[in-house]
Amino acid sequence: MEEDVETRKISSSFLRDHSYATEADIISTVEFNHTGELLATGDKGGRVVIFQREQESKNQPHRRGEYNVYSTFQSHEPEFDYLKSLEIEEKINKIRWLPQQNAAYFLLSTNDKTVKLWKVSERDKRPEGYNLKDEDGRLRDPSMITMLRVPVLRPMDLMVEATPRRVFANAHTYHINSISVNSDYETYMSADDLRINLWNFEITNQSFNIVDIKPANMEELTEVITAAEFHPHHCNTFVYSSSKGTIRLCDMRTSALCDRHAKFFEEPEDPSNRSFFSEIISSISDVKFSHSGRYIMTRDYLTVKVWDLNMENRPIETYQVHDYLRSKLCSLYENDCIFDKFECVWNGSDSVIMTGSYNNFFRMFDRNTKRDVTLEASRENSKPRAILKPRKVCVGGKRRKDEISVDSLDFSKKILHTAWHPSENIIAVAATNNLYIFQDKVN
Amino acid sequence: MAGGGAGLTVGTGPAPSLKRGAVGEAGEGAPELAGGGDSSGEAVVLQLLLYGLLLSSMGEEEGLRQTQLLDTMFVRGLKRKCFDGEEDIEGTLAGIKAIPSYNLQRQSLLDMSLVKLQLCHMLVEPNLCRSVLIANTVRQIQEEMTQDGTWQMIHTQSTGQASLDRLVSTDILCRSSREQAEGKHVSGYSAFNKDFEGDQAQDSSETMSTASSVQAPRNLQSNVWEMENPQENKGNFQKSLDQIFETLENKSPNSVEDLFSEVDNSYYDLDTMLTGMMSNTKMGHCDGLETFSSPTATASNSNFKSDLNELDHIVEILVES
Repeated sequence: MEEDVETRKISSSFLRDHSYATEADIISTVEFNHTGELLATGDKGGRVVIFQREQESKNQPHRRGEYNVYSTFQSHEPEFDYLKSLEIEEKINKIRWLPQQNAAYFLLSTNDKTVKLWKVSERDKRPEGYNLKDEDGRLRDPSMITMLRVPVLRPMDLMVEATPRRVFANAHTYHINSISVNSDYETYMSADDLRINLWNFEITNQSFNIVDIKPANMEELTEVITAAEFHPHHCNTFVYSSSKGTIRLCDMRTSALCDRHAKFFEEPEDPSNRSFFSEIISSISDVKFSHSGRYIMTRDYLTVKVWDLNMENRPIETYQVHDYLRSKLCSLYENDCIFDKFECVWNGSDSVIMTGSYNNFFRMFDRNTKRDVTLEASRENSKPRAILKPRKVCVGGKRRKDEISVDSLDFSKKILHTAWHPSENIIAVAATNNLYIFQDKVN
Repeated sequence: MAGGGAGLTVGTGPAPSLKRGAVGEAGEGAPELAGGGDSSGEAVVLQLLLYGLLLSSMGEEEGLRQTQLLDTMFVRGLKRKCFDGEEDIEGTLAGIKAIPSYNLQRQSLLDMSLVKLQLCHMLVEPNLCRSVLIANTVRQIQEEMTQDGTWQMIHTQSTGQASLDRLVSTDILCRSSREQAEGKHVSGYSAFNKDFEGDQAQDSSETMSTASSVQAPRNLQSNVWEMENPQENKGNFQKSLDQIFETLENKSPNSVEDLFSEVDNSYYDLDTMLTGMMSNTKMGHCDGLETFSSPTATASNSNFKSDLNELDHIVEILVES
């Protein structure tokens, strides 16, 4: 897509197609597959809901494909760790799609402890005319069979079934926060607070530990892993971020245990902004490679930063997401909001980045024009097919008509999870238990 | 992360932080604690006690300003002038009010963090990242306090004659088994307040400060304020932090029950002290923990608003006594 077309569209013309109210549970992850045809969401109840984009119909060429529910299944169940007397939540922390290699779709979903590989396949034909059992499935009495017949396939209503093909369990002592499929499509990694493991899709009873930052003495623990991702093209390279605001890039060719990084990304602290909360707000909640593989984007509590892989000493771009919260850090520490983990995403061409905020606001930054916009995902404020109105938060004394003041922000309405279609301007925004899908206006 | 970081300028000019509501906010009352909805009953009560502490020591108006200061001071990282007890008492009014409030704010942040650490003990699955970040904050505060000699200052004052009155007031609140720890602790707090508060209800403020101490984990608090030797303190403090991490690693049902029983006692003490006044805001500890894990914004919002009304009521009583 051309740059200028995109920027024009982003600033003013996002339509809201549907609001899928999954009233039941809070959405904990959102992910498009590699073609953008499917959109998967995971929720706190351990369920995965997959949406599929409608084929564009010839009758209505102007109407872009809408997303409808394709499949729903229970991925994880609550468990109990008897050894530690702890409950293991079934909340889906991450979903990652595998690239499609045949008619079926494969995705990885994970909770705090276990990763599962799911196969989602369609069935639109079924065999009829078995010899040994009748149509209900009951066995026929062999002595009653007088003729042999060949079963034939007859069309049936489309059925989408999800089956767990692999279960990768018992490899993590701490809570899994990230999974990432390698570009070789044979391996993937799972990262918890202190360790990162490398798996082969075919082998479930073994994994390689590639990063281990657990100190010998747990009393000396001061830093944890917060996110990890493989490079999109180089299957030997991955990055992981830490709670101290640093990113490490590792090359698996150097050694089996990648405790020593190849590159270390850290921005020097700004002494004028130093406070007791400096470390907490510098903790990185998400790290994403750009599609080109040349940049990484990190999200900390107040900013989004873009780093060039070739420059370690500082990011090349820094965007303020909600700097008006800087003066509220103590309150946000008190009510624990300061520990919220926001995610960030690139658009298909790496020209726009998006991340969430509070009050159901989410922000987009255009890297080329340096323009940014704040939008709101809520039913009250947007009707279907209406263009989203940019929102503004007022920090000074005088509040204009449409602005909202910092003190009126609802901190329980946070947008932590968003996703961007790999090639088009379609975004999915998860607002607590509602999923919003916004599309660009056509023409 | 040494103490060279955040500080406070003792300014005499129109320091923006001392003007009501002039910190780039709408300035409507105390900093909002609403919306997050994660606060347990304990945290809510602790916040109120801290506000009470500020109000009693500063006077009502000042107190409200100070609570707004809470956010800015921590954020701005203003430089702090080296505090020398005798000289600065004769200094400007702004000076007196500014410096102690920084220490008080820092202390309240320390208390808050300790409570958070203990709370995440009690959750079914402690979030390791959060625990590590809070523990690092606590360490940072403690290092700074050791460096700028706040430890020493408290020490010299607490070795003064602790009056029987103070000890009696703690008897009312605390179980006998904890009297010793409390005694040291209260003397530390009350001596600290004595310097800076007016002739406001001294006993009440002590009571309130004691109650706020009751909130924090016993072992940590008494270690923090044990005044023999700052180095030793550091060691004890470190040990206490370590204990927390160890417990995070190997949880056993017994330890969880112990923690629960501690929480129970604190609530009982609070009830004794604030007979009926805080009954709206107090939640049973089970409820508190449940709401901790499942945030309900509107509930905590309305609780907080009613808390403020209760607080006004309390302040009235304190001022009159």
